[in-house]
Amino acid sequence: MKTPIYLDNHATTQMDKRVLSAMLPYFTEYFGNAASRNHEFGWVAEQAVDKARKQIADLIGTTPREIIFTSGATESNNLAIKGVAEMYAEKGNHIITAATEHKAVLDTCKRLEKNGCRVTYLPLKGDGLIDLDMLKEAFTDKTILVSIMYANNEIGVIQPIAEIGKMCRERGVLFHTDGVQAIGKIPVNVNTDNIDIMSITAHKLYGPKGVGALYVRRKNPRVQLTAQMDGGGHERNMRSGTLNVPGIVGLGEACAIAQREMPEEMTRMRYLRDRLKTKLEAGLDEVFINGSMEHRLPHNLNMSFLYVEGESLLMGINDVAVSSGSACTSATLEPSYVLKALGLGDDLAHSSIRFGVGRFNTEEQIDYVADKLIDVVSKLRELSPLYEMVKEGIDLSTVQWAAH
Amino acid sequence: MAYSDKVLDHYNHPRNVGSLDKSSASVGTGMVGAPECGDVMKLQIRVNEENGIIEDAKFKTFGCGSAIASSSLATEWLKGKTVDEALQIKNTDIVNELSLPPVKIHCSVLAEDAIKAAISDYRTKQSSKVNTLAEQTVA
Repeated sequence: MKTPIYLDNHATTQMDKRVLSAMLPYFTEYFGNAASRNHEFGWVAEQAVDKARKQIADLIGTTPREIIFTSGATESNNLAIKGVAEMYAEKGNHIITAATEHKAVLDTCKRLEKNGCRVTYLPLKGDGLIDLDMLKEAFTDKTILVSIMYANNEIGVIQPIAEIGKMCRERGVLFHTDGVQAIGKIPVNVNTDNIDIMSITAHKLYGPKGVGALYVRRKNPRVQLTAQMDGGGHERNMRSGTLNVPGIVGLGEACAIAQREMPEEMTRMRYLRDRLKTKLEAGLDEVFINGSMEHRLPHNLNMSFLYVEGESLLMGINDVAVSSGSACTSATLEPSYVLKALGLGDDLAHSSIRFGVGRFNTEEQIDYVADKLIDVVSKLRELSPLYEMVKEGIDLSTVQWAAH
Repeated sequence: MAYSDKVLDHYNHPRNVGSLDKSSASVGTGMVGAPECGDVMKLQIRVNEENGIIEDAKFKTFGCGSAIASSSLATEWLKGKTVDEALQIKNTDIVNELSLPPVKIHCSVLAEDAIKAAISDYRTKQSSKVNTLAEQTVA
């Protein structure tokens, strides 16, 4: 078996070769500018973009005219939130979001706070779900936007999107969702889910990096966004810039494949994820699942291996690519804010590993990863003073630690 | 993050893992750090009460690879030293030996703290033993 094994599919995914094949002609042979209206080169490019727009729209149950191309989900999130805040400034200045959103949403909101917006950051329940009663309480007559992600990138927890959307609709508030972890992985439909604006990226669904989209509803309600870049007025004046035609073709193809193969793929992802979970739980004591198992992406597993520190665990499984919520693995030296928002102690966050199963993983790989983890966790527990204390019957919460 | 060969060596082959009898008067135990901070080090020494030489040292560490390596290295260095010599071990010696990057310096600080805590525990035990003996003599 070839190593390293990639199990970090929430970070990015390997591009599907079928996606690459679809893209290649648009780099060299059909290189036209999709905005060139007066010659064949432009028309061919435009046709390709139109086809991709349809493929994306089909996957999320909408029409091609509601798809705006961007450089990725960070840009889409920025455009959605800042675009609404600016466009609807006269209507209100209050935004509701959640503490576990991606930084592209949280930091955008923080920026808007500096510019006079008021933002409510909803806490989460222990299982990672939004408390709908708390959301209901958070609305004010100044609320213009709710931004809640479809599924979380660390714990894979799927929010009650349709209900959130319904609450927004009833109050005349726009609803944006960062859909990157869910789109192409589970059924997402902007109409049954009551979504007004949704961020999409290609590289999380086996497409290329550097291309994404924003779904912007055209009717009931008609959403308008203030453009965040000035230029040629592309994409219904919402996002200027020459379209990245090969990237867009790739995003479209990735969506088409995802839609075609989703039923079979979801089953396979769930099987592999559950296999990993079952093996780890059978081979180790003192493991803890972070976030709801019921409302969860089929390819996500987030587990804390108590009394073992995440970075040292990653060091021991250096031929397996996964992520940890440990502070030592983050640039900020802070443990995962997502896990902390669930009310988990820092110690659990330090011990957590995120697994993201993907299209190209095999059963053999899953078994290898499970065996390796069991081996390394057991070894590190031999080294762990905490595990020793717990085995001696000491309650760690009663210990006076000499913090440093 | 790239680890130095020495950190990897200590991580893969930690020296002196284990525990000594913490109730023994010749054993000093130092436990530093906190689970919330992501590292806890337990370092123990067994001292020859005749000559003050550290005859054995053991550690257990919850923490990153550099924390494990720092404490593993500390136990190696402690053995054969007198308690006074052991107090001379500085975190910068550990940083240099393991080529720790700046973000991992706190691991070496923790190891130095653990050494000091273990020696302090040993000395406390010894002086209370002396006191107990003195009391017994008076009685």
